[in-house]
Amino acid sequence: MTESVELNHDGHGGGDDATRRDFIHIAAGAAAVGAGVMMAWPLVNQMNPAADTLALSTIEFDLTKVAEGMQVVIKWQGKPVFVRYRTPAELATIKAEGAVGSPPETDADRTKAGHEQFLVVIGSCTHLGCVPTFNSGDYGGWFCPCHGSHYDASGRIRKGPAPRNLDVPTYEYVSDTRVRIG
Amino acid sequence: MSDHESTYVPKTGIEKWLDSRLPIIRFGADYMALPTPRNLNYWYTFGGILMLCLVIQIVTGIVLAMHYVPNTEMAFASVERIMRDVNGGWLIRYVHANGASMFFIAVYLHMLRGLYYGSYKAPREIIWILGCVIFFLMIATAFLGYVLPWGQMSFWGAEVITNLIGAVPVVGEPLLIWLRGGPAIDNATLNRFFSLHYLLPFVIFGVVVLHLWALHTSGQNNPAGVLIPKERTAKDTLPFHPYFTVKDGFAIILFLILFALFVFYMPNALGHADNYIPANPLVTPAHIVPEWYMLPFYAILRAIPDKFGGVLAMFGAIGVLFVIPWLDTSRVRSMRYRPTMKVFFVIFVIVGLGLGWCGAQLPDAQVVPGMPSFMLLDGQLNSYLWLTRLLTAYYFAFFLIIMPWVGLKETPLPVPASVSEPVLDGGIPEKKG
Repeated sequence: MTESVELNHDGHGGGDDATRRDFIHIAAGAAAVGAGVMMAWPLVNQMNPAADTLALSTIEFDLTKVAEGMQVVIKWQGKPVFVRYRTPAELATIKAEGAVGSPPETDADRTKAGHEQFLVVIGSCTHLGCVPTFNSGDYGGWFCPCHGSHYDASGRIRKGPAPRNLDVPTYEYVSDTRVRIG
Repeated sequence: MSDHESTYVPKTGIEKWLDSRLPIIRFGADYMALPTPRNLNYWYTFGGILMLCLVIQIVTGIVLAMHYVPNTEMAFASVERIMRDVNGGWLIRYVHANGASMFFIAVYLHMLRGLYYGSYKAPREIIWILGCVIFFLMIATAFLGYVLPWGQMSFWGAEVITNLIGAVPVVGEPLLIWLRGGPAIDNATLNRFFSLHYLLPFVIFGVVVLHLWALHTSGQNNPAGVLIPKERTAKDTLPFHPYFTVKDGFAIILFLILFALFVFYMPNALGHADNYIPANPLVTPAHIVPEWYMLPFYAILRAIPDKFGGVLAMFGAIGVLFVIPWLDTSRVRSMRYRPTMKVFFVIFVIVGLGLGWCGAQLPDAQVVPGMPSFMLLDGQLNSYLWLTRLLTAYYFAFFLIIMPWVGLKETPLPVPASVSEPVLDGGIPEKKG
């Protein structure tokens, strides 16, 4: 190796010391890696949501379509959203329970003040995404058939493998009977 | 057999001309003349069968892609059109669908063969690891393919399986959106799954080439599990062609009879009826089950009460296969001479089948109907939940505890010095028990 170092033409045949040639090798290698990463990124990023998918953000829903004791399932961003008009009996049971579920939440945390009879949640089990069935399970809410999660009438997880309560989407009342979801 | 020298002699003028420019005939001829242990039994024919399966899937797959439309509006209908209108489309579709099952039957037998005869031990670790890579790619490919018809099982299977990735802490959620191309399983997901389902079989093909290259470098294992000494090569081996090509060919015919039985007489026996219902993003079928060949791993996933823990256990169940060469401490390759390990192996096979069975049941259902039991933590003791946990524990214990421990403690039976020695030298090893 010493021989080849002496034959170097850069005038720095200093044995194990870093030479200008070493620097050029490392710099060229680093540039190649950097260029590779920059070219790979668009190839990865193309799989992220496209503009048309992102544009499907909000929908409006007329609450008069839901009768007391019923739920309506609407499709929002490819997922089901449950809109449930709860009976006074169900509301009384839920309110008496206080903060339960995971994370512990009171029913008031999950509804809009003045519209407690309506519950709006994403109808996608927080375990692996199946749609829970209405008015079944041990807590008068929903039961997920896939792996047996039970939710109460406020959509809070009470039993089974699901880690969280059913998610409440961002929504607001645009009038007394209309909500805008998203 | 790495020292196997070329025996090809070009005869015709064309062969001589070609051999000095591109020795491709020499390559093929040497491949066919490969010295192969004489004592291979029928468990050694699944490699050839798997090669055939891969070719069948690629050929029928390319044909199906000529008629299939990867769009949520048309996917289901385009598959029905293949069934009804495309010439012989029903046959090609059933061959492709059942072909996946046949592929997995063969690969599981192939893997158990390797496990029993110690085909993963030095010097064959790389063959084994490449095989594990192929197995993982096969699972991924089969999953992507099952989504394409866009039936209820397709949609909800995709929902559940992609959600597994969402269970990963921190990066899970962005990764999930990236994989799906949106907030939910939709057209973007189907579209990319089609592209990847087309790509992966060719990746598998590439790894198969490496798998065979490694096999031909380190030499074929055999039921006795002994390495073939150079001086006994003539006594212990036969050229691959015609002896083993014919044997593999015979096994392939038997295998194709089984295959044809499914395709022609019970093409839907291995599938799920709910996949004949178009995908509905608002209704989940009452009982989601994966295809049979994924049931054991699905059972392991459900056995763990924690979401991410279940995902880790499921991937761990496949991951542990990669390190088997370093978990087995025994110096004896073949379990034919390992009386203790053989018992644990048989239990392992039963446990594997049991896990598959549990994967198809509801976790809360009773194993012994009507037998009262008590709650143990989060489930009745007499439930598939606890049976699955028991079997899962054995699955991991087999590799992580039994394999290293039995290898050190067990007294193996006498191993013959070579493949032909017990026969030609008159010394059949004494058999105990």
